[in-house]
Amino acid sequence: MAEKIRILVGKPGLDGHDRGAKVIATAFRDAGFEVIYTGLHQTPEMIVEAAIQEDVDIVSISVLSGAHMTIFPRILELLREREASEIHVIGGGIIPPEDSEKLIAMGVGAIFGPGTPTGDAIAYVRNWWQKRAAGAQNA
Amino acid sequence: MAVQQTGGEAQQDAEVRELAERLAGGDLRAVARAISLVEDGTPLGWGLLDRLYPRTGRAQRLGVTGPPGSGKSTLVNALAQTLRERGERVAILAVDPTSPFSGGAILGDRVRMTAATRDPDLFVRSMASRGNLGGVSSATYEASEILEAAGYDRILIETVGVGQSELEIVELADTVALVLVPESGDAVQVMKAGIMEVADLFVINKYDREGGDRLVRELQLAMELSDWRRGGAWAPPICTTVATRGEGVREALDAAERHFAHLRGEHQRLTQVRAQKMQRRLRMLLNRVLLRHAWRDARIEDQLEAALARIAAREISPYRWVQEVLQSWRRQGEEQDG
Ligand SMILES: Nc1nc2c(ncn2[C@@H]2O[C@H](COP(=O)(O)OP(=O)(O)OP(=O)(O)O)[C@@H](O)[C@H]2O)c(=O)[nH]1
Ligand SMILES: [Mg+2]
Repeated sequence: MAEKIRILVGKPGLDGHDRGAKVIATAFRDAGFEVIYTGLHQTPEMIVEAAIQEDVDIVSISVLSGAHMTIFPRILELLREREASEIHVIGGGIIPPEDSEKLIAMGVGAIFGPGTPTGDAIAYVRNWWQKRAAGAQNA
Repeated sequence: MAVQQTGGEAQQDAEVRELAERLAGGDLRAVARAISLVEDGTPLGWGLLDRLYPRTGRAQRLGVTGPPGSGKSTLVNALAQTLRERGERVAILAVDPTSPFSGGAILGDRVRMTAATRDPDLFVRSMASRGNLGGVSSATYEASEILEAAGYDRILIETVGVGQSELEIVELADTVALVLVPESGDAVQVMKAGIMEVADLFVINKYDREGGDRLVRELQLAMELSDWRRGGAWAPPICTTVATRGEGVREALDAAERHFAHLRGEHQRLTQVRAQKMQRRLRMLLNRVLLRHAWRDARIEDQLEAALARIAAREISPYRWVQEVLQSWRRQGEEQDG
């Protein structure tokens, strides 16, 4: 049986919209990925715990509340604490370009702004996956 | 991803040993990784299952199945909470269907599994049914063996009841709870669907909704009328729950306990039932390795392509062709043995 790309899609924060998360979850499923959908109001702790138990390759979260500069770094920190840094973090939402740059410098893989076609995120995931597989072969 | 054969068996043995040790030591990452390895059907996963087998057999597997949206995840979450209060280590396997169109899946049961927040003794894993030979049951069964070896006393398995999957839950679980809701129609429909027979206990969930009492009465009557399980010593109890409020959950759990006690009781039923299931499982595993062995030779695909034109031209029948392939396998086998 072939290995599947497993992605956690979650939505931290207090605002109650999960439309964006559902759209990306559906797009990922249609791309053939296994999506673990955790729903709304997730704390970084919950997201990281779920990511570990589910053995996902990627965590994809959307942040609309403006709290991205605390949420993303916290998730990265928790993953490091749990020795799970190889889990790749990507995200979307309303995030100013200068913050995106900072987050990517911290270790977030990619940030997709509002209105980004879902195809871009899928292409990014596939590309990351292939690169990782190639890296594992050379090691 | 193909697992590299380079480095050979010694390296694989070492990896299996290391993973097995971490797993036994309560390392959640190792448990999670191990489940992926068996899910992907890797040789490493197979080696791990082989090594862990002596540590399995003690846990109780409780299956929860029923129609989509009947409240299975909510119920499983409430059951898990109750078991945790009793100090048991609990693992949940939640199976959702793979999309036949894309091969992908949305696994959403975790949304309801709110109890699983930072409690190392409550492990939740979502699984897609994929297209595995042996259906839902094979990979899920293997995942449950990993969890047993990791020391979980209780394994709760949620599957969506559509078509064949109710039957598969029987292979997976010692005790099966069939969840029904007032809106899932009358009991006659349930009987017609042929799913009643899987139930060791019935859970009428969403009992806060209208029609719960009626469903209970109909179900009782249906059971009295049918000669189903006549002479069987176990009469499936009917429990009523409001899973969202945790009502009736304790009673449902007690009913499951009584069923398990019944299996473990005088007549060694548990041993018998597990032996019967193991017999079916051995056949399925044998089929799996035979198939893998048969298709290992890449030339077979070429032969298949080449045969198509001859078959279309009626030069050879599909039936003759298959026989010829079988014979060539036999000859190869003899050459290897000789
Ligand atoms: N009124 C009422 N609603 C309930 C009850 N139990 C669950 N629900 C609701 O029913 C909906 C479905 O619940 P889930 O637990 O996700 O159902 P499920 O059977 O796991 O669903 P699938 O896995 O998608 O098949 C949710 O909105 C729950 O809140 C109940 O006892 N009463
Ligand atoms: Mg569910």
